[in-house]
Amino acid sequence: MIAQNLIFGAIAGAMGLAALRVVTTKNIVHAALYLVVVLAGVAAIYILLAAEFTAAVQILVYVGAILVLFLFGIMLTRAPIGRTAELDNDQRGVALVVALFLLGVLGAVLQDAFGSTKLPEDAAVQRSAEVGTSIFQTYVIPFEVVSVLLLAALVGAVVIARRD
Amino acid sequence: MYLNQFLFLAAFLFCVGVYGVLARKNGVLVLMSVELILNAVNINLVAFGAFHETVAGQVFALFVIAIAAAEVGVGLAIVLLIYRNRQSIDLTEADLMKG
Amino acid sequence: MLRNAWVIPALPVASFFVILLLGKRMPGKGHEVGLAAVGLAFVLSLVAAAQWIDRPATLEVEPAGAEAAVDHGTVPAEAETGPEADHGAATLDLAAAEEEAEGEHEVEAIRAPVVREFTWYDNGAVTVKAGTHMDGLAVVLVVVVTLISLLVHVFSTNYMHDDRRYTHFFAALSLFTAGMLIMVTSSNTLQLLFGWEMMGVCSFMLIGHWWEEKNNSDAALKAFFTTRTGDIGLLIGISILFFGAGQTFDIEALNNAALSGTIGRSTLVAGAAALLCAVIGKSAQFPLHTWLPDAMAGPTPVSALIHAATMVVAGVYLVARLYGVFWSAFDIGGGGINPVALFGGITILIAAALAFVQADIKKVLAYSTVSQLGYMVMALGVGAWTAGIFHLFTHAFFKGLLFLGAGSVSHAVHSFDMKKDMGGLRTSMPTTFKTFLIGTVALAGIPPVAGFWSKDEILLGAGENGYGLFLVVGLIGALMTAAYMTRCVYLTFFGQYRGHGHPHESPPAITIPLVVLAVLSVGAGFLNAPGIGLFGEWTDNATVLSAGVAHHEFSVSTAVIGSLAGLVGIALGYAYYRRNLGPHRLTERSAGARGGYRFLENKYYLDVLYTDTVVGSIKGPIARAAYWVNQNVLDGIVNAAGTVARASGRFVYDVIDQKVVDGLVNGAGAGAEEGGSALRVLQTGRVQQYAAFLFGSVVVLGGALVLFV
Repeated sequence: MIAQNLIFGAIAGAMGLAALRVVTTKNIVHAALYLVVVLAGVAAIYILLAAEFTAAVQILVYVGAILVLFLFGIMLTRAPIGRTAELDNDQRGVALVVALFLLGVLGAVLQDAFGSTKLPEDAAVQRSAEVGTSIFQTYVIPFEVVSVLLLAALVGAVVIARRD
Repeated sequence: MYLNQFLFLAAFLFCVGVYGVLARKNGVLVLMSVELILNAVNINLVAFGAFHETVAGQVFALFVIAIAAAEVGVGLAIVLLIYRNRQSIDLTEADLMKG
Repeated sequence: MLRNAWVIPALPVASFFVILLLGKRMPGKGHEVGLAAVGLAFVLSLVAAAQWIDRPATLEVEPAGAEAAVDHGTVPAEAETGPEADHGAATLDLAAAEEEAEGEHEVEAIRAPVVREFTWYDNGAVTVKAGTHMDGLAVVLVVVVTLISLLVHVFSTNYMHDDRRYTHFFAALSLFTAGMLIMVTSSNTLQLLFGWEMMGVCSFMLIGHWWEEKNNSDAALKAFFTTRTGDIGLLIGISILFFGAGQTFDIEALNNAALSGTIGRSTLVAGAAALLCAVIGKSAQFPLHTWLPDAMAGPTPVSALIHAATMVVAGVYLVARLYGVFWSAFDIGGGGINPVALFGGITILIAAALAFVQADIKKVLAYSTVSQLGYMVMALGVGAWTAGIFHLFTHAFFKGLLFLGAGSVSHAVHSFDMKKDMGGLRTSMPTTFKTFLIGTVALAGIPPVAGFWSKDEILLGAGENGYGLFLVVGLIGALMTAAYMTRCVYLTFFGQYRGHGHPHESPPAITIPLVVLAVLSVGAGFLNAPGIGLFGEWTDNATVLSAGVAHHEFSVSTAVIGSLAGLVGIALGYAYYRRNLGPHRLTERSAGARGGYRFLENKYYLDVLYTDTVVGSIKGPIARAAYWVNQNVLDGIVNAAGTVARASGRFVYDVIDQKVVDGLVNGAGAGAEEGGSALRVLQTGRVQQYAAFLFGSVVVLGGALVLFV
């Protein structure tokens, strides 16, 4: 128990700091790298929650594909390498206020609702097989829809971004 | 472990993502902030899935990941197009819909 | 024929249309149709009269009572709603027949009238019927009208020969006869009015037969307008009585209602007064008598028919028919003075006075007619109902005779002026002379010819019913009548012939009617002679009996006085004219006599009064005033309304429409525009700002949710 909590605390701290840096750094590439930390952290959280398949997929898709995509995007849009003048717009203050209030509200709600809820002890690791079965039996239709969606996104991206 | 600690983490990430969406000028950075939000949601889902000892949380999270991927792909395509047309992806300059 | 009495008026109506449509193409130019129709109508009326005389007396009436008559033979008179109502069934009640005239009796039995009606219009509240009501009075008049009309038709075939509008003349004669017959046989006041008005129109047509001369058309208009003035009273009177008697036009019902007191006193008097106006107009009583002398401008047969025997007696008939109304309204049974007798009496005297100063033979006869009409109206006014009707009956004969005689004379000398163109005609026109003389004697009231019996009854009635004043008036009138008729006869038939032509006796078509009428003038009077009394018995009706009209026994003293008056008048006339005695040329010596003569010559200046004062003031100042009111006041109001409308329109346009309404509309637009401009600030085109708002709202709502729910 204690080990889990410690590990959780470490990972959460790292993720929090990294997330903050994503939104405050003046270097785009650094922002992307900090994002990697956050994403990896998320995967670690999944493993803590005994969701190993999801963790694997997280690493594969997010870090492996999406982040590379981001880097491509940064490159193709001639993002200035190194520090730039400003990456924040002029509604920083408003945004900060909104975000803080949102945090406040969410926090209050969560504390109120789940203040003393504990996760079940010694939860069995949910095997990938179960996940697969669930996808292809109970949620097969959303699965198919998502595949069509991916196809559409693929075609759409090509159409939008092609040079003609 | 308390459920709350995961939820609080997710909430924090969510709020940071919101700040990022609202406060960042570069389009790609905005998309990154959106990724933060989505990940926060995912953590929430998986935590509840573990809490209720059901595999549905994970399945949902997987779908969210897939959709997030699609969304980033299309979003970056759009950003590329904006860059191609305007030579800039400064969102503060993209105010053609100004009334 | 009594049940089918409608045929009698229908024949002249049909002949009117036939003559109009086909008359010109006939060999006789239409007079055959007219003669045939009226002749047949006369025959049928004689049949009806015979049937009436043969009718058993079944109707029981309580004399001088206020109750309606009870016919033991059939259902009561008023309770009919079906298409036909027949009151003439034979009696089964011998008890009623036993209580016939045997001295004093409580209940008298008389002949029940034959009524045949159909419902012409019924809207639930008002039922109007059309039909015939044949009783003694109607039968008498039908016979008289058809007989005189027939004789006039015969007369006209010769008199109007080669006339410019021969066919139309006969058509109008037929229509007139039809109108009079419709009026006489009608069972309700509305139908009576219909016939009355028809006669008015026909009289206009016939008086103005030679309308190319202005005098004639003027006379026709005068006749029409004067009678019209009285007809207003007829309409008003009928309406008043209609409402007063519980919404009925039926004559029997009206009489019963009047006698029984159903109609309120003031309503009754108002209605009777209005009807009296109609009588004054149509029967040429003072003051509306001025049209009759002028109406002599029409052809002589017309004068004989209309203005001697038929149309002018329509007013008298009206009073006789609706006697219950007049009896109750003016309390005729009470004696003293009442409006009916008063008008009659005045008319007798003033008309007789005017007859003295006429040079035109027809005008003498016209004034004589007016005077005799006064006798009839006075008779009805003093309660001598049978006498008045009887006088109407006899007067038709001898006045018709006199007029036709005047026509015969004028046919011979081609003029009507006695002083200038006549004189000494008794040798050249013997038949005309003899018949004219008989007519004169009858008119003067010398026994035993017709006029005596009828006039005597009137005087008797006046004396016995408590109208002593009118007895005196009647006697004076008789004296004057005899005197001016003597003058007339003398000027026409005696002395030297002053004309320029070669007068000779008229052809038979003219003289035969004269002879017929002369015979009737002599013999008709005996119908109601004392001891015979047939006329009275035939014409008795329920209304007269239940009103309490008294039948008086023959009084020798009255007869003697009456005849004396007539004889004295003749003697005076004879002395003045034939023997040249008396104050001749008085007007040249005395200014007063001259003034009086001029007063009479100008007909009491009544025509001046009517034409210049009454009509003139309306034409002149009143018309101008009305025009002023119209132009300034009425048009002023209208124009003001228009100006106001325009001004208010302008105001509405300027202030309300332009400023307020358009202001609102424009304001709405401007408001939207400004609102949009104000809100435009929000739309920066920046997505992140929109996202900021979105998330901010989420925060606020979520906070609210958390805090308050």
